[in-house]
Amino acid sequence: MIQADLNVILPEILLAVFAMLALVGAAYTDKDKLGPMLVWATSGLLIALAIWIGASGDGSTRVAFNGLFVDDGFSRFAKVVILLSAAAVLMMGQDYMARRGLLRFEYPLLVALSAVGMMMMVSAGDLMSLYMGLELQSLALYVVASLRRDSVKSTEAGLKYFVLGSLSSGLLLYGASLTYGYAGTTLFSGIIQTVSAGELSVGLLFGLVFLISGLAFKVSAVPFHMWTPDVYEGAPTPVTAFFATAPKVAAMALFARLLHDAFGGAAAEWGQVVALISVLSMFLGAFAAIGQRNIKRLMAYSSIAHMGFALMGLAAGSELGVQAMLIYMTIYVTMNIGTFAFILSMERDGAPVTDITALNMYSKKEPGRALAMLVLLFSLAGVPPLVGFFGKLYVLRAAYDAGLAWLAVAGVVASVIGSFYYLRIVYLMYFGDDADEGLDAGGSPVLWGFLMASAFVMVAGVVNLFGIEGAAAAAAATLVR
Amino acid sequence: MDNLLSIVTFLPALAALILALFLRGGDKAADRNAKWLSLIATSATFVISLFILAQFDRTNTGFQMVESADWLLGLQYKLGVDGISVLFVMLTTFIMPLVIAASWHIDTRVKEYMIAFLLLETLMLGVFMALDLVLFYLFFEAGLIPMFLIIGIWGGANRIYASFKFFLYTFLGSVLMLVAMVAMATNAGTTDIPTLMLHDFSSETISVLGLPVVGGLQTMMFLAFFASFAVKMPMWPVHTWLPDAHVQAPTAGSVVLASILLKMGGYGFLRFSLPMFPVGADVLTPLVLWMSAIAIVYTSLVALVQEDMKKLIAYSSVAHMGYVTMGIFAGNQQGIDGAIFQMLSHGFISGALFLCVGVIYDRMHTRDIDAYGGLVNRMPAYALIFMFFTMANVGLPGTSGFVGEFLTLMGIFQANTWVAAFATSGVILSAAYALWLYRRVVMGDLIKESLRSITDMTRREKAIFAPLVVMTIWMGVYPAPILDRIGPSVAALVSEYDTALAAAHSATQVAGNAAPAAAEH
Repeated sequence: MIQADLNVILPEILLAVFAMLALVGAAYTDKDKLGPMLVWATSGLLIALAIWIGASGDGSTRVAFNGLFVDDGFSRFAKVVILLSAAAVLMMGQDYMARRGLLRFEYPLLVALSAVGMMMMVSAGDLMSLYMGLELQSLALYVVASLRRDSVKSTEAGLKYFVLGSLSSGLLLYGASLTYGYAGTTLFSGIIQTVSAGELSVGLLFGLVFLISGLAFKVSAVPFHMWTPDVYEGAPTPVTAFFATAPKVAAMALFARLLHDAFGGAAAEWGQVVALISVLSMFLGAFAAIGQRNIKRLMAYSSIAHMGFALMGLAAGSELGVQAMLIYMTIYVTMNIGTFAFILSMERDGAPVTDITALNMYSKKEPGRALAMLVLLFSLAGVPPLVGFFGKLYVLRAAYDAGLAWLAVAGVVASVIGSFYYLRIVYLMYFGDDADEGLDAGGSPVLWGFLMASAFVMVAGVVNLFGIEGAAAAAAATLVR
Repeated sequence: MDNLLSIVTFLPALAALILALFLRGGDKAADRNAKWLSLIATSATFVISLFILAQFDRTNTGFQMVESADWLLGLQYKLGVDGISVLFVMLTTFIMPLVIAASWHIDTRVKEYMIAFLLLETLMLGVFMALDLVLFYLFFEAGLIPMFLIIGIWGGANRIYASFKFFLYTFLGSVLMLVAMVAMATNAGTTDIPTLMLHDFSSETISVLGLPVVGGLQTMMFLAFFASFAVKMPMWPVHTWLPDAHVQAPTAGSVVLASILLKMGGYGFLRFSLPMFPVGADVLTPLVLWMSAIAIVYTSLVALVQEDMKKLIAYSSVAHMGYVTMGIFAGNQQGIDGAIFQMLSHGFISGALFLCVGVIYDRMHTRDIDAYGGLVNRMPAYALIFMFFTMANVGLPGTSGFVGEFLTLMGIFQANTWVAAFATSGVILSAAYALWLYRRVVMGDLIKESLRSITDMTRREKAIFAPLVVMTIWMGVYPAPILDRIGPSVAALVSEYDTALAAAHSATQVAGNAAPAAAEH
């Protein structure tokens, strides 16, 4: 029995063992000199695991440890996205970190450990394993956020993230304990029986609301978004790129799993809550970013708005909604990898620049990069024919199908407001006057590759979205029964 | 040639791709190559599109040369043309080579400029051919991106304000249409336009935010589509982006905007609003008609006091588009025939007028009417051509402008006499502003020192105007070939519109009779 269980979590074990062995090995040998090598090794392992998990998907659902851990199509889809984006971010940031002396050997390993946590999160079948995964992920993230110990902003980001993150964990735990108290079990499969048996008791309802609050913090949805801009700004840019991608997918997938697996019978109750935080996130993200001049803060607000859209899919409470959310998140991650590859290459005299006015007339100097960024920005704004539009189309359809026409209308209006700040970057790159001092030309070929690949995906995806539609549909089908 | 439409649509995009990938360097030779390649590509597109016209069967009222393939989300990649759209396709392919030729003097970022226009042509052609809701939306919206860049990069002094206004205005209008499209797809279970044209959307009165909405779902959807097309058209009072965009855009951008992009709104009304939501259209027809009539008179008055030539012509465009919406919502054969004809004719005439402004702008770098006067002394050929298109704009019999205006007014006279009477006064006003403009710019003595050395049109410029002159006269003298192609499809549209309305009215009457009967029990 135990062997079968261990078999199910083999990828997680492999990654965890690798991280710990490497930690010990590096600590006793060359320490930070191993950093670059570990980055590539970790990325390689993450990609290998992603391929393995993706290929082993025979559509079956396997449950381990009496339901604590679920390995189904949904979790496999999320894991592939998480692992691939984590690997991409690691590779992208290697050069940046190395040149600033930030490439400690812990960095790739902490990312690997947080990836383990995320894999745990998306496979959680129990409130205990949910919390375990979440904390493993978060603790690793707290540390990488404050990786630049000599920078006030970075340490502030780490501290802020830690304090607020603990608060949200507390909320989540409180919700979990309430749920346990009223349902008598921490297993999702047990909770859903109580929930569907009849009227949702007040205690369970409170538990649900606290759980949602805790998770809303992790996906940085309004009104639990306050940490996002500060942490995004303070953390080293590769770490920001990481925050913006894999953990968001994991948290969103966990959100979906909790709502559908544990509270599937109470969709009417949580649907309203999720719809509300969705519409608030979209509008706050759209308005607050208008005043931002720092591109990292701007991307923070942009991610808040995008989480609002993904939550719109969840608010629908249907299989279509989960599918839309998965597709949206995948597209979002792809766009963000490209955008952050661009941000990482923004340098003047070797020092990173985050002020968007530095992009003045960038297109004259680097027409290729500027064009790729233009494509990504229009995709982020959701303008067809770029792939970002299809993400929006899927969630809109899911929301409308579920009778949330008002949410769909609010969403598209917010997307128009939000398009303004993406357009402003385009305007700076293309319409500005001749700049006196711009950004350095060139940049690492790795970043160039990621930027171009991401932009290419945004254009070429219009043909068939590279087949993720079917995969996401199958994944959603295993979650929503 | 089973995929003729796809070839025509994507040929310009292919040329753009070649430019982007293979043209290196920014020297004179590269610029010249970019221009020639674009000219050849757009001309080839025009020549191939002639095959569409040749193959087009005018007796067939349905969609022709249809090609379709599965796409994602249960959508289809489906293209086709009917009598309503085929001539818009031809208009686009006809205008684009002229636009490229008119951009020969561009010397900043030539490659990007040409790529933007080539992509824009693909997207515009796609709009007129798409037979799937989302595909239509895709082409419709994507056109914003190149146009945003064209205005923003190659535009005038205040280009940034104009480009943002253009983008945000039209984007806001369109996203509401997207929600309505999602609603339609959910309701009808398909996004196929020919199927949706036959689908009866519910027109039972529903209540939204506590207010009863007559015509129900149809009215809501009509309004959502209306938000998009009215902005695109543009109709008063949401026309304010157009003068800004026109003034700031480079000449070629203005031509494309006036000749083709504005026609998408009218085409949208004919393709979606009338056939798909007949009851909704019927409920709101009085509103639309009066908006059009106000637009005609109001914008003509505004045009009278403009000091910028492009702005004046832009307001005149809004007024002429007023005739189009009026004709469309007259809902009869003459009205709709006239509306389509007016759109085509306006495509040639307003494009030519913007080119006329471009000719003197290139020489003097100002569009102020006050800066000119007495041009006839130095530029006789220019004076003649400008005269011709001014007259066409006014609607002089013998030019295409007359046929369009006359047909729409005839159509509206049958539908709503008061609106017709009110709108007809716009004909006089349009003569007033157009002729006054002409007098101030061209007539009189040449007293301005700066104009002494101005030169007449070059051979290239004359060559650009020649086809436009030919088309304007031909359509004005012998409109039958055009109307023969439009007619059958419009007749089918009108008869379906009337049938749907009759069915809806009898249904409400039955319901109205049933309700008191039920109340008695």
